[in-house]
Amino acid sequence: MSPLATVPLIVAIPVAFFVVLGATLTLIGALGFARLTSFYDRLHAPTLATSWGTGATIIASALMFSFIDGRVILHEFVIGFCIVLTTPVTLMMLGRAALMRDRTEGSDALPEDMRRRRDPAADTPAGD
Amino acid sequence: MSRLFPHPVLSVALVFLWLMLTRFSLGYLILGTVLSLVAGWAYSALHSAKPRIRRWSAIPRLIGTLFLDIIRSNVAVTRLLLTEGRSGRQSAFIRVPLQITSGNSLAVLAIILTATPGTAWVEYETETGVLTLHIFDAAETDHYHDVIRNTYEPMLMEIFE
Repeated sequence: MSPLATVPLIVAIPVAFFVVLGATLTLIGALGFARLTSFYDRLHAPTLATSWGTGATIIASALMFSFIDGRVILHEFVIGFCIVLTTPVTLMMLGRAALMRDRTEGSDALPEDMRRRRDPAADTPAGD
Repeated sequence: MSRLFPHPVLSVALVFLWLMLTRFSLGYLILGTVLSLVAGWAYSALHSAKPRIRRWSAIPRLIGTLFLDIIRSNVAVTRLLLTEGRSGRQSAFIRVPLQITSGNSLAVLAIILTATPGTAWVEYETETGVLTLHIFDAAETDHYHDVIRNTYEPMLMEIFE
């Protein structure tokens, strides 16, 4: 407890704000993940946790430990950087796997024009 | 020189990363440099196409725009999740024809769209250059068309192509 007791209010308030913000966003993302019904909708909820959920926690941690150690600590931003870089890989893989499964099964989760991969020769790329 | 440092930007970034995770000292600097050189060789063996960054000055602008966009869409998705079931929200698939074709700019666009809550990358067709996205709120279809085509694409083209 002793290093924490030395933190003045002016640092503690923003730290607390960012911790609560990050935790709340992560919680909302997790609740959304549990409550949403379609797979594609569910891809969106966890991105709250991987964007500002992580971001706010990182900012709070960097502020707090920079103050306690008396030097600028940026380790946390490496974590954020790695999360930002690696999340798309997982989400794209899940999204594409779901698409492939739904196409194979002819699922009605997909709109009519997406049930088959378009034939590039017959396709005219119009403005949607 | 380019045999020894096939990916100078990657190697320098890795040295910085290494020094950030450890405490700065000569030993760690040497160790980090050796590791980053090995990583550079490994990367060039796996992926020989070298990313060419033409305009560094556009990168801070891209990061700034992305930062604001992430805040905006965090607020939007949080609100939608909290009112889920009452707001009549519908999700949708949208198709966006892209002009960018290089693997690097597509990869960065994928990171941008995934980091921004509310959009998920579903499919990109190489033959037609059409990107299929799943968006959480169908009411924002026009907004995403506009943002991708008029904000991110020109910036990515400026940086990479």
